[in-house]
Amino acid sequence: MTGSVTRTSGTTGDKGADAVDATLEVVDLCKAFGGHRAVDGVSFTLAPGGSLGIVGESGCGKTTTARMLVGLVSPDSGSIRVGGRERSAPTRNRAERLARAREMQMVFQDPYLSLDPRVVVRECVEEVLRLHFDLTREQRTARVVELLDQVGLGEREASALPKALSGGQRQRVAIARALAAEPKVLILDEAVAALDVSIQAQILDLLAGIRRDAGVGFLFVSHDLAVVRHITEDVVVLRGGRVVEAGPTVDVLTEPRHTYTRLLLDSVPRVGWDPARIAADRRALEREAGGSSGD
Amino acid sequence: MAFLEIDELTVRLPQGRAARPILDGVSLRVGEGESVGLVGESGSGKSVACRSVLGLLPEGAAVSGAVRVGGRDVLGMRRAELRSLRAREVAMVFQDPRASVNPMRRVGDFLTEGLRAAGTAPAVAARRAVELLEAVGIRDPEGAMRRYPHHFSGGMLQRVVIAAALAGEPSLLLADEPTTALDVTTQAEVIAILTRLQAERGTGMLFVTHDLELAAAVCDRVYVMYAGRIVETQTAAGLFARPRHPYTAGLLASTPRLDPDAGPPKPIPGRPVSLAEAPTGCAFAARCAQVRPECLVEPPALVRADDAYAACFRVDEGIVT
Repeated sequence: MTGSVTRTSGTTGDKGADAVDATLEVVDLCKAFGGHRAVDGVSFTLAPGGSLGIVGESGCGKTTTARMLVGLVSPDSGSIRVGGRERSAPTRNRAERLARAREMQMVFQDPYLSLDPRVVVRECVEEVLRLHFDLTREQRTARVVELLDQVGLGEREASALPKALSGGQRQRVAIARALAAEPKVLILDEAVAALDVSIQAQILDLLAGIRRDAGVGFLFVSHDLAVVRHITEDVVVLRGGRVVEAGPTVDVLTEPRHTYTRLLLDSVPRVGWDPARIAADRRALEREAGGSSGD
Repeated sequence: MAFLEIDELTVRLPQGRAARPILDGVSLRVGEGESVGLVGESGSGKSVACRSVLGLLPEGAAVSGAVRVGGRDVLGMRRAELRSLRAREVAMVFQDPRASVNPMRRVGDFLTEGLRAAGTAPAVAARRAVELLEAVGIRDPEGAMRRYPHHFSGGMLQRVVIAAALAGEPSLLLADEPTTALDVTTQAEVIAILTRLQAERGTGMLFVTHDLELAAAVCDRVYVMYAGRIVETQTAAGLFARPRHPYTAGLLASTPRLDPDAGPPKPIPGRPVSLAEAPTGCAFAARCAQVRPECLVEPPALVRADDAYAACFRVDEGIVT
């Protein structure tokens, strides 16, 4: 699937975004906090309109990687390019910052913290349009309706404050807001982890539709292998800041090569699950890795 | 007689705070040494039901029904009786270990507090705490006694909490999403410890979770809750092989699966009933694919279907998917 992107209201800074132009390339990304190497030489490529999963447990560096991509954390070394444009260095001015923000948008895990409690949904989405596009008020209003409709929200939700919405509805707002910038890449950092399964499936369904229709690429950061299996084509497994395995999701999850990937897979609860054996495997792996204890 | 018996427990919040009861005629049993799962999504009432066993109920709530532990009614207990119940008979493990341990006090104090309060000599209590830390796989248990909670990772601290829960040798363990805050590989290890100790000691367990797969992996029997009511109960294996309530079937279908041939998760349309809504009929009717007119008139009672019980008017017809 390539990103034959149909844009309706892109008016600024969009120099005919063709498919090649939207490839995300991350090369040898590093970040240390104090003496701890949180991200240690991570590389991957996300094809235009593709879907790449980044999986691992807490402390594996997946969130730090996501935050470096959007510029919330600056990398120590390595490069992040979208369509060949470097974005690892700090921005010099507002125009550059806006251009970068338009390339990549992020949806966070907790929809209770990621929306301003004082701003109604309509304005929350409109703000992004005002920042990035030169639209008249009528055009903006129409676009907000369109965006909210795309995520399954109507007039009633548009006038509501976040506190009046459920977790699933808030996450829809966060997705609409991210899509408002018409990004080439959407970073979803555990974006469905806080939702109940019946609602989680709704959001996964919605995301699959958005990718199909808008051709936006997904970088899906998650600890949940079953979710990753259904929403990504490729996957990168991180452990201790390093990539331990990468490849097409189906291959990695059916025939894992690395013992850590296998441990992650075995750890997913199911009927006939043997937690005692998993615990033993885990300790063996930790001994192998030279007693890096974790917990 | 089962060790834990909840009978027709109904809990209503004070006027104006909720339109429907947060628990509505909940009945459940946990036998001695038995592992029972209580599964539901947020707002289903599973945690409220679990806490009621310790006599913990929302403030100002109107309560009817009975909660019996070892044949004695918990809801009628006086303060001293409740204290002894919580110290000796029923212990609880909460979701977030950081929130259930005092960060200012050493782990040793936390572990021995209950025992000392119940009259055990300090030296005996300390010895017992060290044994327990060893049993839950904490390296250097003597050293751990002197450390503070912030020296432990989430998974390690949850082990400490489990050790503390088992310190009073309870007959029943209440575990409210004990591994939800943990990484998957840590979850497996904590569950391994929990189930091993529980089996060794013959402790009964009520395991509350949103994760049907986890409940099935841990428990013998599972209750499924929706909007304050039990909608289905049967053996864990039976639940997966043949769910009887459309909600259970929907929950199973919406869970993403790892097997290579599994289809994409199938969402249940709509959203759970909030406390502000009080549907007259079945609370699941608005989201149900096989709803019939009578479903909207009154809520269906839990009825027997072979070895299972389900609260659905169409339970005999089987699930249409």
